[in-house]
Amino acid sequence: MAQMNMKEAIRDAMRVELERDPNVLIFGEDVGNVGGVFRVTEGLQKEFGEDRVMDTPLAESAIGGMAVGLGIQGFRPIAEIQFIGFIFEALDQMLIQAARMRYRSGGRYTSPIVFRTPFGGGVKAAELHTDSLEGLIAQTPGIKVVVPSNPYDAKGLLIASIRDNDPVFFMEHLNLYHAFRAEVPEGEYTVELGKANIVREGSDVTIISYGMTVHTATKAADELEKSGIKAEIIDLRTLNPLDIDTIVNSIKKTNRAIVVQEAQKSAGIAAEVIAQINERAILHLEAPVLRVAGPDTVYPFAQIEESWLPTPARIITAVNKVMEF
Amino acid sequence: MSKVPYEVYTEEVEALSVLSPEGEIVNEKMMPKLTDDQLKEIMYRMVFTRTWDDRAVNLGRQGRLGFYAPVSGQEATMVGSEFALQKEDFVCPGYRDIPQLVWHGLPLYQAFLYSRGHQHGGQIPEGVNVLMPQIIIGAQILHAMGIAMGFKLKKQKQVAIAYTGDGGSSEGDFYEGLNYAGVFKLPVIFFVQNNGYAITTPFSKQTAALSIAHKAVAAGIRGIKIDGMDVFAVISAVQEAAERARNGEGATLIEAVTYRFRPHSLSDDASKYRTKEEETQWSEKDPISRFAKYLEKKGLWTEEDTARVREEAKAKVNDEIKKAEKVEKMTISGLIDSMFETTPKYLEEQKADFL
Ligand SMILES: Cc1ncc(C[n+]2csc(CCOP(=O)(O)OP(=O)(O)O)c2C)c(N)n1
Repeated sequence: MAQMNMKEAIRDAMRVELERDPNVLIFGEDVGNVGGVFRVTEGLQKEFGEDRVMDTPLAESAIGGMAVGLGIQGFRPIAEIQFIGFIFEALDQMLIQAARMRYRSGGRYTSPIVFRTPFGGGVKAAELHTDSLEGLIAQTPGIKVVVPSNPYDAKGLLIASIRDNDPVFFMEHLNLYHAFRAEVPEGEYTVELGKANIVREGSDVTIISYGMTVHTATKAADELEKSGIKAEIIDLRTLNPLDIDTIVNSIKKTNRAIVVQEAQKSAGIAAEVIAQINERAILHLEAPVLRVAGPDTVYPFAQIEESWLPTPARIITAVNKVMEF
Repeated sequence: MSKVPYEVYTEEVEALSVLSPEGEIVNEKMMPKLTDDQLKEIMYRMVFTRTWDDRAVNLGRQGRLGFYAPVSGQEATMVGSEFALQKEDFVCPGYRDIPQLVWHGLPLYQAFLYSRGHQHGGQIPEGVNVLMPQIIIGAQILHAMGIAMGFKLKKQKQVAIAYTGDGGSSEGDFYEGLNYAGVFKLPVIFFVQNNGYAITTPFSKQTAALSIAHKAVAAGIRGIKIDGMDVFAVISAVQEAAERARNGEGATLIEAVTYRFRPHSLSDDASKYRTKEEETQWSEKDPISRFAKYLEKKGLWTEEDTARVREEAKAKVNDEIKKAEKVEKMTISGLIDSMFETTPKYLEEQKADFL
């Protein structure tokens, strides 16, 4: 098995699929010649040619719309939006056109598209490069939302996303691209969409997280363990569909939970998770489920993002609150 | 009579120059009328801007600036176009267009604060008609169009200018802005600095049009392609576009062909997508040395002047970055309070998480 960081694992997933299926295409701004601003697609154009890995003009709506058209033609586009803040230019195509294609055409056409985009704070990027917009997308029916937290999952989830016959929004946290290496199998394998992962077992409290917050939660859990609190950590991996069964089963064991997200607090993924917990497991709860999230402000790029983002300390405070409730 | 030839072009067009690389006037007709003092002021600003860019790149490497997009090579388009405007005109910039903002009145330390992600960087002082730099490519084109609509409705003889790059000319926003400006005959200038690349993507992959200026045709506005390394061509084109706009004759698209000597941003490696030869060829067209040759021949500028301005600029940048560094760091509670006129209860509660 090879050691890869998340960026290499994502690239490897694309290479495997480009090789396996001639209908897979990659396009976006700067993705060809140099492999994108993060070099995620580096080398792929050389290997597979300009017809499979294409630089596009700077126009996100056209990137999204071209993907929709190619999907209708039976291709499997992987469309890169260079940074999360620029998806707004493409939202009509992503959320209205791609996500509704199956419904509108009575199943005649589908949108087997992966929209890939980097996102996520803590890297001192420019304004609008890091926001967490997953809630916005996940609220739209017809599009799946995937957020990997490690190299193994990233490769398996991306291959599963490319093979999925519906549109998938695949979000790559900037802080995880180079964060660490892990064992990643060569060749093909998939990690099923819609399945969460218990990354740490515990009996006292469930911490529900995804993407970068899995790692923040792990740091907090290490600290909590010192004071005798055993936290179970769930990595959601897919935000739509949400694996509520894994969450409920964990709460049946721990009876307490918190949800951690980088996105602003209100009306997001955490709110959805808690609503579903209330619907399905309220009698198993010993305390209300709390959220650790960004405050409901504009994302303050660079200047104070360290204190804005969820920290282990804020997670510990929230856990202590539910333990003492 | 128009100094600038406007036509519907169906063939490739040469970028219009006024000043040759040797510093000779090659196009008297398009030569803007400028006093000696104005000429010296323009040179001062160009040299100042180059020096500040050098410093900013270093400050960025030291971690004292945040996101910064280098400007060297584009001094003629940036300084010249702003110089051709009036104080009352409205400047709508992209992320690279900080010099226009500063020469239009934004204090330099605020530009640094913006780069560092401090919200005070965007608190434009009263009476300075600029927007903060736009990150979303193309958005400012529509804002300029809307601001121009405001000038028109209020019957004010002011002009809005939007800056973008060759890449920006591919965005949907660009076409929508041009089209509206045509339909409503708005006093707006769309100024495209075609520096040959959008990050790594070369102009040949950006459009198959013969020029960006051609794109004016479909919107029913004026289009012109000029030499963006030639400050006189820039000033002439912008002055005329502004005059026409003030006279109610509508919008102009200006394509200025230029080059950025440095990489796209501090995290970009230009050697991956362009050649040393190309960079050398363009450095021979350097807008500052070309203009200096002209001024030197007229006895208006010497090498010592350049050295003096560079020292002045370095000192000023030093002072302003220090000033920026002294501004108190933002707080989360201050940030929360800046979301609404009156902070709602749920946000008041959220402050407690950040004490
Ligand atoms: C809507 C949007 N898409 C993508 C980006 C990322 N991006 C930043 S600069 C840039 C290239 C812009 O090129 P151009 O318009 O030619 O301007 P230049 O940088 O050459 O001045 C891109 C793609 C962005 N900021 N906004």
